[in-house]
Amino acid sequence: MTGSTLSVLLYIFVGPIVGGLISGLDRKITARMQGRYGPPLLQPFYDVFKLLSKESIAVNGIQNFFIFCFLIFVVFTGSLFFMGGDILLVIFALTLASIFMVLGAYCANSPYSSIGAMRELLQMMAYEPMVLLTAIGFYVVTKSFNITEIMGFNVPLVLYLPGIFLGFAYILTMKLRKSPFDLSMSHHAHQEVVKGITTEFSGSTLAMIEIAHWYENLFLMGFIFLFFVWKMPGSWLVGLGACIIMYFIEIVLDNASARVKWQLAFSSAWIVAAALGFTNLLILFLMK
Amino acid sequence: MSFLKKSPWIIHYDGTSCNGCDIEVLACLTPLYDVERFGVVNTGNPKHADILLITGSVNEQNKDVVWQIFNQMANPKVVVAVGICATSGGIFAECYNVMGGVDKIIPVDVYVPGCAARPESIIDGVVKALDILEEKRVALARRRRKARKARPVSLTNLF
Ligand code: SF4
Repeated sequence: MTGSTLSVLLYIFVGPIVGGLISGLDRKITARMQGRYGPPLLQPFYDVFKLLSKESIAVNGIQNFFIFCFLIFVVFTGSLFFMGGDILLVIFALTLASIFMVLGAYCANSPYSSIGAMRELLQMMAYEPMVLLTAIGFYVVTKSFNITEIMGFNVPLVLYLPGIFLGFAYILTMKLRKSPFDLSMSHHAHQEVVKGITTEFSGSTLAMIEIAHWYENLFLMGFIFLFFVWKMPGSWLVGLGACIIMYFIEIVLDNASARVKWQLAFSSAWIVAAALGFTNLLILFLMK
Repeated sequence: MSFLKKSPWIIHYDGTSCNGCDIEVLACLTPLYDVERFGVVNTGNPKHADILLITGSVNEQNKDVVWQIFNQMANPKVVVAVGICATSGGIFAECYNVMGGVDKIIPVDVYVPGCAARPESIIDGVVKALDILEEKRVALARRRRKARKARPVSLTNLF
């Protein structure tokens, strides 16, 4: 119990610092890939502190409340994850968090944030089957939805679930809001829907969204981590390495590709889920 | 420490111009000048921006647009007029539809000279704007504190 309490506390207090640093490193590497020098490593923190000192304009008072709920539920989801809780609960709490963000964007009632919100819903529909298949895959192999038990399996799960891992890596791009699947909002400058889902948020509300993303990125990487750890004590190093490589691939992809249309994003995510995720499960069943 | 000066987000609007200054503004973002090393982000969304960079003059058609963009920006905010067109109308000043410089419509804080303004002077203008932005932030914080003190304390105005 004390171990899991400690990791939850670590996640809540150290999580944003690590998440912010990852985001700073991301921007730096992106700049280097484009032949630029790039912002300082601590830039995301400067941005957030600046946003906190700005005026917050709300079209509709409730929108800030929804974003506050989004932040709280993201932290809750991450806490469940790092507590070693039930992975299904983690997935459902994550969906709820995203719904709060969509609601916030919808109630601002501007065309840009509405389109952003619609696209966010589409993306959720696109990646949700694969996320569920991932949880089912974990269950089929380890006979448990409990994250602590999944981590205690005697071989790395990726050996049993290579298809599911690839499928999850595919939808990870959507969750990290990276090209080619940054439909609802991207971190790059000009785009056709202004700033998509975050268009109508400013000041401290935008800062909350930013912080929530730091938390979110961290436990998404935790999912990758789960595929690569097993019972052996030092295996977390392998997991950490896998996370770093994965994130780097995401950055390369982000810089090397343009945004796709929602039709392609949607259908390809489902096709990948069926072709890689489902086939993987089928083979596991047949092998039994 | 002020974080505002370390992370100025910019929105760029191009009025009645020859697009010369416009291109110079974008040149600031290229690898050669790379203003992102100072934390500058080109947002394209007035609600996220701290600095409004305007190139070109205002005319009868875009005056409402300029006014809208300015008003949608969250305080503290500054306006930088880039190029002679934005300052006074420049070579287009005599045109029948041109109203003149940007300051005919919104308050301008920094004027950047040049036709076209060079990227170096645009960056210089933005740096000057940062000091003004900081002054405005301090003033805003003071005003907020005063307003908070003036309000009677009750449960409803906690939110
Ligand atoms: S100042 Fe000169 S270069 Fe700039 S927009 Fe006007 S005419 Fe073009």
